[in-house]
Amino acid sequence: METLETKHSRAIRWMHWINVPLLGVMLWSGLLIYWADDIYRAGIGDFTLFRFFPDWFYKLLNVPFRLAEGMAWHFLFAWLFTLNGALYVLYTAISGEWRYLVPTRRSFREAVQVMLHDLGIRKEPLPRRKFNGAQQIAYTGIVLAGAGSVVTGLAVYKPVQFGWLATLLGGYQPARLEHFALAIGYVLFFGIHITQVIRAGWNNLRAMVTGYEVVSTTGDAPNA
Amino acid sequence: MREPKGVEREIARKTRRAFLVGGIAAVAGGGGVEWLKSRPAEDGVAWPFREALRANESVARAYFEPARLSREYPVKQAEQPKANGDIGLDDDDAIANWKLVLEAPRGRQELRLDAVQALPRVELTTELRCIEGWSTVVHWTGARFADFLARYAPEARPAGYVGLETPDGAYYVGLEMASALHPQTLLAYAMNGEPLTADHGAPLRLVTPVKYGIKNIKRIGRIRFTDNRPADYWAERGYDWYAGL
Repeated sequence: METLETKHSRAIRWMHWINVPLLGVMLWSGLLIYWADDIYRAGIGDFTLFRFFPDWFYKLLNVPFRLAEGMAWHFLFAWLFTLNGALYVLYTAISGEWRYLVPTRRSFREAVQVMLHDLGIRKEPLPRRKFNGAQQIAYTGIVLAGAGSVVTGLAVYKPVQFGWLATLLGGYQPARLEHFALAIGYVLFFGIHITQVIRAGWNNLRAMVTGYEVVSTTGDAPNA
Repeated sequence: MREPKGVEREIARKTRRAFLVGGIAAVAGGGGVEWLKSRPAEDGVAWPFREALRANESVARAYFEPARLSREYPVKQAEQPKANGDIGLDDDDAIANWKLVLEAPRGRQELRLDAVQALPRVELTTELRCIEGWSTVVHWTGARFADFLARYAPEARPAGYVGLETPDGAYYVGLEMASALHPQTLLAYAMNGEPLTADHGAPLRLVTPVKYGIKNIKRIGRIRFTDNRPADYWAERGYDWYAGL
């Protein structure tokens, strides 16, 4: 037999989905800004594995010569992105939902098991909880990353008025690199997140939209 | 008691509802962005963004504290910065014929470089930060703008803004008085121990680490004081007028 169970509260769902376009605008406008001095690459010594970013990539996304526009978008939407993130933290703290999200001591070992399971190496079933250890680490980490983007962004935005912050982050250019690294981190998170959502299936994704999940209760005969 | 059929019907109803609401929200959000983008431009950027830049400026100006200094470095860390920006530097004769026109409320003065060099000499090794993203530690020598003002135009102090431009008027910037009077805002005549070269703004340029490089105007030909924001070259081309750090 199947029942409907509430999974994600209305506030969480709204803030989650609102964050999608907000983060999208921040990444896109950040790219317009980054283009003006695109110094980062992945490589060792003289060997460059990958340059951030190749020209074809800029051309594809129509990035070149839009620094002013990028800054205008970035410094308007930064407020919305920060506000949405702050409300999310506040809500999870007050509602008590942080208990599902914050990793515990066993989360880390569990995360390894989840990873082995997802790679098809480990066959034992995953824990039946709202969020497993890997999810707890990922979903708490991404919120910390968001806070990191705000803090490093502030240090890059006003490196004199928030000079103490820039110093704390290692300086102006280090803060800039950290801000960039976090942006790359979001893209990697997004890739894994989407993969996992596809793997988890429709019932799981639907729960993030409707708030409800269809749960089959044990003991009953399966639908014949 | 809930039959499986009932569950299916209910989740289907909830799904329809949620996607309808979500769809409406997405269309509204997309419409909002389209509206933002399609507003008439004000100085090179759609006006809602211009308003947002101004709102950010208000916050920044309220938070601004002249005692907060840009970090200073040992002189030996100084490097040669890129010579970005050659607008207003075309005419090489302008260096030989150079004089500084100071339009103060009390009257117009024409000053020579030694008028600036007669002021207390200040050495400053700070990061020059370009709005493009790069920054270079540079060692500057010059006079504090605050000292210059006190000596040659003390009556201009109550003005809200300072406007500076190149001798040919091709490049121009505006500063609000608080940044102009910041202790690290200099009228600089030497860079890394050498007199300024033509491409770095000989014979006299502005150095202010509380602003992006775009405000650090090279080869100053004219200084004036206003109560309204002076025109600013890059602010007319979509950038933030304030450009404060």
